Amino acid sequence: MERRYLLGNEAIAHACVESGVDFISGYPGTPSSEVIDTLRVQPDRPYYVEWSVNEKVALENALAAAWCGVRALCTMKHVGLNVAADPLMTSAYTGVTGGLVIMSADDPFAHSSQNEQDTRCYAHFARVPCLDPASVQEAHDMILEAFPLSEEFGVPVIFRPTTRICHSKGDVDLGPAVPGGRKGEFHKDPRQYVVIPAHTRVLHKKLNEKQPAIRKRLVEKGFNRYEIRGKTAIIASGIGASYVQELLPAGVSFMKIGAYPIDEEWLGDFVRKHEKVLVIEELAPEVEEIVRQVAGTVPVFGKKNGYAPYEGELSPATVAAIMEKAGFLKKSPFAPAAPVQDLPPRPPILCAGCLHRGMFYAMKKVFKDAIYPSDIGCYTLGLQLGTVDTCICMGASITVASGIAHSGEPRDIICTIGDSTFLHTGIQGLMNAVYNGADMTVVILDNRITAMTGHQPNPNSGATACGVEIPAVSLDAICRACGVTFVETVDPFDITGTVNVLQEAKKRKGVKVIIARQMCVITARRAGVKRGRYTVDAEACTGCGTCVRFGCPAIEFSDEKARINDLCSGCSVCAQLCPAGAIGREGKK
Amino acid sequence: MSGSYDILIVGIGGQGTILASNILGEACLIENRHIRGAETHGMAQRGGSVESHIRIGGEFGPLITPGQADLLISFDLLEAFRYSHYLKPDGKMVVNNHLVLPTSVFTQKLKAPSEAEIVAELKKHALCLLDADSLAIAAGSPLSANVVMLGAAAGVMPLKPESLLEAVKRLVPKKTVEINAKAFEAGRNAGGTFR
Repeated sequence: MERRYLLGNEAIAHACVESGVDFISGYPGTPSSEVIDTLRVQPDRPYYVEWSVNEKVALENALAAAWCGVRALCTMKHVGLNVAADPLMTSAYTGVTGGLVIMSADDPFAHSSQNEQDTRCYAHFARVPCLDPASVQEAHDMILEAFPLSEEFGVPVIFRPTTRICHSKGDVDLGPAVPGGRKGEFHKDPRQYVVIPAHTRVLHKKLNEKQPAIRKRLVEKGFNRYEIRGKTAIIASGIGASYVQELLPAGVSFMKIGAYPIDEEWLGDFVRKHEKVLVIEELAPEVEEIVRQVAGTVPVFGKKNGYAPYEGELSPATVAAIMEKAGFLKKSPFAPAAPVQDLPPRPPILCAGCLHRGMFYAMKKVFKDAIYPSDIGCYTLGLQLGTVDTCICMGASITVASGIAHSGEPRDIICTIGDSTFLHTGIQGLMNAVYNGADMTVVILDNRITAMTGHQPNPNSGATACGVEIPAVSLDAICRACGVTFVETVDPFDITGTVNVLQEAKKRKGVKVIIARQMCVITARRAGVKRGRYTVDAEACTGCGTCVRFGCPAIEFSDEKARINDLCSGCSVCAQLCPAGAIGREGKK
Repeated sequence: MSGSYDILIVGIGGQGTILASNILGEACLIENRHIRGAETHGMAQRGGSVESHIRIGGEFGPLITPGQADLLISFDLLEAFRYSHYLKPDGKMVVNNHLVLPTSVFTQKLKAPSEAEIVAELKKHALCLLDADSLAIAAGSPLSANVVMLGAAAGVMPLKPESLLEAVKRLVPKKTVEINAKAFEAGRNAGGTFR
């Protein structure tokens, strides 16, 4: 046994190796990405690992591998499971032979997400088991149990860590790696794998028949457990259970829920031994609803009667406040501590030298008060530059643009989408827009990488997850194949050239595509690309503020003069914008 | 309540708060102590304000509650001020005497407190203010400023300085071990005085 200080996702990855995983697929998404990022760089990998183009593709690949008897892991963030929901729902019917673990990482408080949906609801909906860890060590230990559980019942198992598990750290006890190395073998069985109505009706019944035994096994495995300590009880799940354990007063019973479905008979016995119970869980009232069903006359405190919030993430202070309000704790040990007011915020910002900033500037210059649908990626930060009017889900910039165009809205529409997002679910929208004759401009922000989630390669990067070089797809050819005739590639560091192409696109009817291509500034730096820094000639600077409004973090302004700090990466755009010609390359006159 | 020693490390995305957290974690492993931590990943890192929670001896959740931190280590003056409410009344601060103004100050003309105003506020706590950037450059690399900061805090944390130095040596790139060992010592010499 070895003890290491690991990030939750690293501990999860290690547990997969200890489980002898054979096949791994997924699509990056915060907070899930580091699992595959850890697995794909291991030396002497006995397993197959891929970044897939989207979550539906990833899950179907993993499901097929599990049908062939090997152990498969598929990772995504919670909203990725929406994309993979189609195969998920029916994979519960077809079942699996090799263990299939679907990791869908939730993000309470939406630290880096568009919503706060709860993966446990999907598990309930699909009728598959769901494991919900309360700590990094438990996340590791649950993965070890997840593969055998999937194999025992022949169903996929959902593993649902949250941000505070994936991105928290702890000292973790690890076991030895187990070489997988199973060879897949597909046994033809149409009644299992061809879900025509006659087959699927039988499979649905079989899935339902598995449920009671699954519920019992989850209690036997110790995922759901309790300790009777008094007349009142707290039932808690996920990270909330860790917060409760730190605060739990003597004489209050404690039940820890770590797996679903919950055995109702077992739960009811516990609840009815108490005079009142409090349920602590993040997001949906999944546990609370079942507790209320079995509680009889025992009063239940939770979200439904206003004691706990439906939204956001829990913290030790909020849990203490809930316990105090519901009468399970005399007084919160935490005195209120208010932050200092009115400090200038420091939100995330596009990097100095990011290609997106130059492109957004050129778009705004040409398209002015147009409508700017956008998408999911670093470029959503273009909100700060006034060039992001909508963002709903992956691939929806193009479809929202065509929807607005067909609604009769008279203004120009120009949407932005990153290369990875375009390949994820953007192509169908583009094909649809061309097919149905929309008038709009699509800008593909092509930095050749999936940047926001930590620089994972995609089919546009020229390399696989494991670094094997492959020919990159041609975005230009894909767009032309969709029927677009105006497809132009620009360098967003060349503002004049980019503006010219945008003006041409603005004049034309139909769907126009502009590919704005430049390496992500972070990957460029890692690859050793060095451009000279730029500097402001203080005498020539008129203090007009044009460069400051460009919003680059390398540009500061004090005493009526602009100044370029050491974040400058040499994109040169500010030098092109300066009306006084006061910005030039460092060391040159 | 658990008897953990709670440290909040704050700064700006890219300043090396995660390596600092890993060094503290490794030092805890060396001393066979439990540790819990939580940090910022993903888009929030892009030049934004970042926080790393570290609970030495922690056995439960990773988050530190405002008003409960024993120690605040900040790589930037403004971020030290922003997170100062996390400190308990007798908590200590180790702060890099360096201010990076957020871009919002320039683009939206927001008012920011001056360095002198911030330092006056920080002095309401037990404060160790040091120029970690210069000390790091003198040690051989500006990138070692995070190790300077840990050196400065070494005297007040419940970990042996030897364990911390060993953790630094294990975790920094091999080529930079000597520079970082120097940076740690420079921090130790600069730290320890709280006023």
